[in-house]
Amino acid sequence: MIEIKNIKKSFGDHEVLKGVSAVFDSGKCNLIIGKSGSGKTVTLKCMVGLYEPDSGAILYDGRNVMDMDFKERKAIRREIGMLFQGTALFDSMTVHDNIAFPLNMFTTMTEEEKRERVNFCLKRVNMENTNKKYPGELSGGMKKRVGIARAIVMNPKYLFCDEPNSGLDPKTSLVIDALIKEITQEFDMTTIINTHDMNSVMGIGDKVTFIHEGLKYWEGTTQEVMQITEGELFDFIFASEFLKDLRRRAKY
Amino acid sequence: MIKIFEAVGNYLILMRSAIAKPEKPRMFWIEVFRQATEIGIGSLVIIAIVSTFIGAVTAVQFSYQLKSISLVPMWWMGSILRKSMILELAPTISALLLAGKVGSNIASELGSMRISEQIDAYEIMGVNAPAYLIGPKVIAAIIVIPMLVILAVFLGLMGGWFGGVAGGYFSTAEYVRGLQDAFKVSDLNIMLIKSVLFGIIISTISCYKGFKVEGGAIEIGKASTQAVVLSSIVVIVVNFIVAFLLL
Repeated sequence: MIEIKNIKKSFGDHEVLKGVSAVFDSGKCNLIIGKSGSGKTVTLKCMVGLYEPDSGAILYDGRNVMDMDFKERKAIRREIGMLFQGTALFDSMTVHDNIAFPLNMFTTMTEEEKRERVNFCLKRVNMENTNKKYPGELSGGMKKRVGIARAIVMNPKYLFCDEPNSGLDPKTSLVIDALIKEITQEFDMTTIINTHDMNSVMGIGDKVTFIHEGLKYWEGTTQEVMQITEGELFDFIFASEFLKDLRRRAKY
Repeated sequence: MIKIFEAVGNYLILMRSAIAKPEKPRMFWIEVFRQATEIGIGSLVIIAIVSTFIGAVTAVQFSYQLKSISLVPMWWMGSILRKSMILELAPTISALLLAGKVGSNIASELGSMRISEQIDAYEIMGVNAPAYLIGPKVIAAIIVIPMLVILAVFLGLMGGWFGGVAGGYFSTAEYVRGLQDAFKVSDLNIMLIKSVLFGIIISTISCYKGFKVEGGAIEIGKASTQAVVLSSIVVIVVNFIVAFLLL
């Protein structure tokens, strides 16, 4: 379980996070949703350590990252896998080398063991036989899958996904969503997904946290999201008047 | 003024984290070798062409002027050219060329890695990104740039010989006599000191500019240009300081 308590973060005079608190459950797909500029990416980056919050606490299974020294933080990072919005695959490396990179850096595995582990991860994301390709030779969806393979190669306890569906067509988005859901359950990870794709919310979300103007505005299950009939979350989910109208008609 | 101090401070902080002990020495040295190959092999042709012609044109220009002063023997040309190439032309011209070629390459590579979140990916994995990405580039530059400068000296002297002999200004025997005359090993030391300093300047400034990119493609271009301009200026200033102190 990951818990954040009263996280605040400013850039210059602009206060992006004004005290966000939330709990993300183990073995579940926890979704952070919100409009562009609401602070959800900053929240995610604070949680993984790319931004240092101005104040607050981030607890990984009760361990407060804010109280940790550099070495302890590095140890926590080895328990984290992350799928970036743009995949962040290393251009100069092949698919195999991308996925094997953390193994090369942090394990004493033999070449054969590393090859087996990389092949296992590639097979898990249905990307066998792409070991020798470079990221530039892959489509957007394929890159996302390789990104997932790299994120899980160290068998992380926590998986973070930043906008996993951005730039993908609706059908490929569903495939990536399903993959994240399966992997979360299979490896019993705490998965946190930053998204504004409502298909993801309804398809794979177990728990939803809605962030609005730097504050947690709402928290609940996917089923509870559908009960919302007014307010900022309602406006966010049913962004167009057409959808709002459909929702109101469905209610009555 | 505050911005300059802030930039210098950020530069020093980044370089301090870049000289941290590598997490996996084997991976680190593989990266050093890769960078050395990229800087060395990638710059070989341009250094060879430019230094050969710089040597040739220096020989022709000097010979043309010395010829008008009939009291000066033409075998001096070998000595003049040797001193010029070793102390000034080879290190400085090579450094300026490399600031353009290698500096812009490093800044744009790191800049695009920053924009595409690749540097963040290293950090998330627990890799010290400055140590892994900047350290090998700086070490590779320190190793390879002096080698390129030595090559530039050799080719410059060959170019000088060709220019002078082909132009009929001096004979091969006169040129060789000049080259051997009053040779000082300390000149080579100054050349190597300059080369190492220029290697550090070009690689660290370019890495800093690339690493700190924020924004998009336009900012990568700006960082690349700034890396070249700033590296070139610092190279010229440091060149003067070294000459002033050591000659």
